[in-house]
Amino acid sequence: MDWEALWLTLKLAGLTVLVLIPLAIAVGRWLAVTSFRGKAVTEAALALPLVLPPTVVGFYLLVAFGSGSWFGQTYQSLFGHSLVFTFEGLLVASVIVNIPFAVQPVQRAFEAISPDLRDAAATCGMSWWRMVWRIELPLAWPGILTGVVLTFAHTLGEFGVVLMVGGSIPGETKTVAIAIYDRVQAFDDVAAAKMSALLLAISLVTIALSYLLTQRLGRRYA
Amino acid sequence: MSVGAGEILALVGPSGSGKTTTLRTIAGLYRPAGGRIVCNGSVWFDSESGIWIPARQRQVGMVLQSYALFPHLTAIENVMESLSGMPADARRAEAAALLSRMHLDGLDDRRPALLSGGQQQRVAVARALARRPELLLLDEPFSAVDRVTRRRLRAELVELRRELPMPVVLVTHDLDDVVRLADRMCVMHEGRILQAGTVQDVMAQPASATVVELLDLVDDMELRT
Repeated sequence: MDWEALWLTLKLAGLTVLVLIPLAIAVGRWLAVTSFRGKAVTEAALALPLVLPPTVVGFYLLVAFGSGSWFGQTYQSLFGHSLVFTFEGLLVASVIVNIPFAVQPVQRAFEAISPDLRDAAATCGMSWWRMVWRIELPLAWPGILTGVVLTFAHTLGEFGVVLMVGGSIPGETKTVAIAIYDRVQAFDDVAAAKMSALLLAISLVTIALSYLLTQRLGRRYA
Repeated sequence: MSVGAGEILALVGPSGSGKTTTLRTIAGLYRPAGGRIVCNGSVWFDSESGIWIPARQRQVGMVLQSYALFPHLTAIENVMESLSGMPADARRAEAAALLSRMHLDGLDDRRPALLSGGQQQRVAVARALARRPELLLLDEPFSAVDRVTRRRLRAELVELRRELPMPVVLVTHDLDDVVRLADRMCVMHEGRILQAGTVQDVMAQPASATVVELLDLVDDMELRT
């Protein structure tokens, strides 16, 4: 069992959730309550990681992180090293490929809130912040929770993008999914089986917990 | 269109005539291209001078057609959301008093899903009154309840209006509501006011054949002639 890879994977999944969910709430709500020219194109662009092969996403991220791009150059001049083959680079890549898994459920949840409730909040004299905090976030919570779980579970299993952007550096970019692949390549089926079973168990528990919580919340407001 | 203190003005007309849009405009939920809204001396909207006071700053109480109670909050929490600028204890006490005034004793801690249609409507009225409004807006307040409840709620509103000092604008397409509740009425059609006046005057002397048709007064007119 590669505990180092497991810890790195959980750290990556947890940090991806922490970085992505606040952004997903802001973007998902904005898409839910506004209509503007180019909205369909924006939504399509945000959904791209769902349909693009991970190697294609990985390739473009490699190009973007590399010293040939302004982003890569700016990052290198600020931090003294490249994003490629580092944990930070892996985190940025993970946030980008998980955008649709976080944004879509959050957007659907905000769309499901009746506009009447926003009108009622306004005529109750509630400030915009108070309306979001007291009314919208509690009602959108099941969707936000789904976004958290999907992002976390998807990061645990991400393989293609991780390999392209991070390589397989132990303790830095070698996640459990990569470690399983390594073990299979080395004909170490026992280690591969143990890690696969653990990943399966963690994913199952995470998703079961989210279903349970969502059901409970659904009953509460029904 | 104007309405005085303690007076109930009914906006009447078929679906799509602009009744609810008028109410939403007064509340500040819809900004029209042109016009002027003045409440108790303060200008809420004036297209010429560009004045627009947003809904959350207008001292209005509004009961929406769907009631729009916050489903995750209890009855008392719904009312407390309209009370601001005082300590939580005082807010709770005032919200409880309002619920009691609306005959909802013992239901403070129920969520809207566990209240009947009539009880939900009363919570919505209590929430609107909690804002201490200078103007009360009621959008089809009886449309989501059965006939028996409708009659009871209407009787309660007749009783309540005696205690209410502020003007009330009521949107309805039911003439019974108008006759029993309103002092004056405005007949609307395709976004325009066809006739305005006291209920008795409009009913006795409809200004046009369209008003007769919209108010379904054909039988009355035939009887009279």
